[in-house]
Amino acid sequence: MTQHKNKRSGTRPVLLLVAGLAGLGTTILMLLAGVDVRLLNPKGVIADQQLWLMLFSFFLIMTIAVPTLFVLYSFAWKYRESNTNAPYDPVSRTGKFSVATMWVLPTIFMILLALVMWPATQRLEPKKTIAADGKPPLTVQVVAMRWKWLFIYPEQNIATVNYVHIPVDRSIQFELTADEVSMSSFWVPHLGGQLYAMTGHVNTLNLVASEPGQYPGSTAEINGAGFAGMKFTVQASSTEDFNRWVQDMKTSSDMLDASEYNKLLKPSENHPKVLYSAADPGLYSKLLMKYTGSQKHKIEHHEAGH
Amino acid sequence: MKELLLGKLDGQALPHEWFTILGSITFILATIATIILITRLKRWKWLWNEWLTSVDPKKIGIMYFIVGGFMLVRGGIDAIMIWLQQAISVDGSQGYLSADHFQQVFTAHGNIMVFFVAMAFIFGLINYIVPLQIGARDLASPFLNTLGFWLYVGGVVMVNMFFLLGGEYAATGWLAVAPLSGKEFSPGVGVDYWIWSLQISGVGTTLAAINFIMTILKMRAPGMTLWKMPLFTWGSLCSMLMAVTVFPLLTATLFLMFFDRYLGMHFFTTSGGGNPMMYTNLIWMWGHPEVYILMLPAFGAFSEIVSTFSRKSIASYTSNVLGMIGVSVFALSVWLHHFFTMGASANVNAFFGVMTMVIAIPTAVLFFSWIATMYKGRIRYDTPMLWFLGFVAIFTIGGIAGLLLAIPPVDFQLHNSLFLVAHFHSNVIGGVLFGIFAGLAYWFPKISGYRLNERIGRYAFWSWIVGFLMAFVPMYILGLMGATRRLDHYDSSTGWQPFYVMSLMGGIIIMVGVALQLVQIVASFMQKRRLHDSTGDPWNGRTLEWAVTSPPPSYNFTVIPEVSSRDAFWKMKQHGLRRPVYEDIRMPRNTGSGIYISIFAFLVGFGFVWEIIWLVVVSLIAIIGFVIARTFDEDIEYTLTAAEVEKLELAREKKNHAHYAHGRVDAEDMGLREFVVTVIKWVLDVIKNRRWRTW
Repeated sequence: MTQHKNKRSGTRPVLLLVAGLAGLGTTILMLLAGVDVRLLNPKGVIADQQLWLMLFSFFLIMTIAVPTLFVLYSFAWKYRESNTNAPYDPVSRTGKFSVATMWVLPTIFMILLALVMWPATQRLEPKKTIAADGKPPLTVQVVAMRWKWLFIYPEQNIATVNYVHIPVDRSIQFELTADEVSMSSFWVPHLGGQLYAMTGHVNTLNLVASEPGQYPGSTAEINGAGFAGMKFTVQASSTEDFNRWVQDMKTSSDMLDASEYNKLLKPSENHPKVLYSAADPGLYSKLLMKYTGSQKHKIEHHEAGH
Repeated sequence: MKELLLGKLDGQALPHEWFTILGSITFILATIATIILITRLKRWKWLWNEWLTSVDPKKIGIMYFIVGGFMLVRGGIDAIMIWLQQAISVDGSQGYLSADHFQQVFTAHGNIMVFFVAMAFIFGLINYIVPLQIGARDLASPFLNTLGFWLYVGGVVMVNMFFLLGGEYAATGWLAVAPLSGKEFSPGVGVDYWIWSLQISGVGTTLAAINFIMTILKMRAPGMTLWKMPLFTWGSLCSMLMAVTVFPLLTATLFLMFFDRYLGMHFFTTSGGGNPMMYTNLIWMWGHPEVYILMLPAFGAFSEIVSTFSRKSIASYTSNVLGMIGVSVFALSVWLHHFFTMGASANVNAFFGVMTMVIAIPTAVLFFSWIATMYKGRIRYDTPMLWFLGFVAIFTIGGIAGLLLAIPPVDFQLHNSLFLVAHFHSNVIGGVLFGIFAGLAYWFPKISGYRLNERIGRYAFWSWIVGFLMAFVPMYILGLMGATRRLDHYDSSTGWQPFYVMSLMGGIIIMVGVALQLVQIVASFMQKRRLHDSTGDPWNGRTLEWAVTSPPPSYNFTVIPEVSSRDAFWKMKQHGLRRPVYEDIRMPRNTGSGIYISIFAFLVGFGFVWEIIWLVVVSLIAIIGFVIARTFDEDIEYTLTAAEVEKLELAREKKNHAHYAHGRVDAEDMGLREFVVTVIKWVLDVIKNRRWRTW
């Protein structure tokens, strides 16, 4: 043993810590006033369900984590050296029952969590279409490029860059791919979870907006120098407004043809919003075909599905 | 001709941007200062014979700590640079770093902290402590150990080499995601530096891991069965088994990427039939176990510390060991949870979600084992135990966040956000780094012969806790606000800036903590007579490392102990220690082969980075030559006779007593004020009496 003795009581740092935590919490709450905490402010059924799943799981985990921490820290306090009233037994006598509890208790909680997780994962699978008042889903083809997002509406035959207009209460089927850019991740926090956009490969993400409004989106996966500026806006509006917007678009003279597309392929940062009255209908499948090889059968399979 | 000689190297590669110039000047000045100092002190021979060529795992362990400590500061500066950029780059402002430079900084930060800080400290602890704990005099292969260390140093030099030549590091994130890391999107030498720094140090890790598995399995003291092994040794064994399993995978993956970049192959490219998703899978098959490779020895260290400071044997030893084995096995089957968002089917995602939850069970068992150990204990709160209490809170926060991320639909929203960043920093700082700090404070008296200053240690601890909470709680919130990681600029309308600023302030407090830790070591050195550990057993320890003097002799044990139970030293103390009967000891000879091979391994990497083919060929031949020469070297051991051992032991005892007699028992551990006053007095004394003339 050293001659060292801890003369000071342990209460002072603990009190300071509690006060500090309270201060930190208050500061954060004050800073949060009037700020849009996107994940806690869902604007679509998917984001809403993902939020509730997160909160429910959080409280489920807390029901075991908090008591465990409480017991640990109260033992740490009770059996401190200076408390000579507490019993002391230098030999650990952990009985069979305690050992069984150690293993069974977390197992039960993890089974519960898995039971919540498994069906939720099935239910919230991104490629599943969302039933929205019997209306068929609206398909929007999304192409990640260096460093902007191109949106093609195959049914309306229009296209946009860094801006996507959608009707509310209708399932939107985003078909994500990429061209001449590293893996990107398509994320609109207000509407729901992200999915990767990759070259020669289509990932389908279904989202729905329940309220009109403007929702920011971006790439969540780093893909090069222009990564932070690769943002877009989702404009959700009523079906009538959406239809009117589509009609207005038709009057625009900009057209997304091969030469315009090649211009987009050139790397650019913080690209402005662009609207195209018409898009070359074969464009999307052509850019998928660009990446032949082992991916080829997937593209054919994908096209057969439409 | 020039191309043949120098490859891609030309004047452009020399430093010409402010950060490379600054970095180069720092490195060159530090090198020159070190050379001058060693020459003035006439310490070259000593340095070479006693340290650089040493095969003593204790000395190699200390060298790991020193290099890892420098890298901690280096990676810490990167961290502050990241925070500073994000705190100021709002709206029109691009901050003080370009996007590309910013991306290089966070890539380097991740690589340095994981490979060159955490791995170094873990290997340092294992090197120093494991042989002592199992009653061994050395490792199974002393040569592989020095080679592993020097390959690690080769990786350290390689990761910093871009300052001097090339001016760019990988800007791809710490795992160099494909296809971003391919030639198409990253044509420069940055990714090549990344590949070769990891490749060289990774091979070193594989070799070191094989060596430790052999040592632990084959060289334990008589009577120490596997189920009587100390828990730190168990944690290290699990960790090293995992390292041997997954590091070859990293090596192979890096080679595939190297083929893509150099030979124009198409493993991970977007075109030509390549598949970047393959890379994502391969790199995480290694990357996830990697964090547990770091974590398991830390778990083991915490088990030892809780048991020692509660003055109780560890509760349910078997469950504790099974918990660590469980973690190490399941950790191999959870890698896909790093990319639920890549578009796998719901069943695949859910399966890996379940596996991730399964791994939480053995982890929880470890926590229960510590709780049961504290129950009816007599707990001393020295700094190692404080680090344990800090670890429990922060690791649990990280663990809860991790379980949320294990639920695929929740992960869709949180993935790649700052919530994720906060999560893994909670686990790696709270778990690995605090484990290392606890272990260092715990074993420091064994390593140096005097314990660390407790007062300044407590200040450092509280700075870390406060700084951590201030830095990372805002990051969790930022994640919920939808802030993605790695943003070099953002809009003020998001309301994120105050949180980034708060996070920066937390980072600065953490830096204060690091500074206090350095002060703590210096202050302990200044008071080393008072803090002297004359017994070799300052904490009333339980395992064999405390049975030898501090610091232990090069041969660790004069007589190899016989072990009959767990907590072997605790039992010995109860039965009384016997006077040793000295015997001849065979010791391995020092060797410079590890250094030579590593220099040429570095040159192979350097040659590949700059495409200097002759250098690669020459260096490869040199490596093979040195390995063959070493294989035929028969004279690799020497004998210490019993008489010599006795003489050494007597001398050590005498020195120990002399120390003890000088100890001022009444003095306190010095506080910060006393430290500052002492340092100022010393400096004034040096200036006034011109003491430098005698140096």
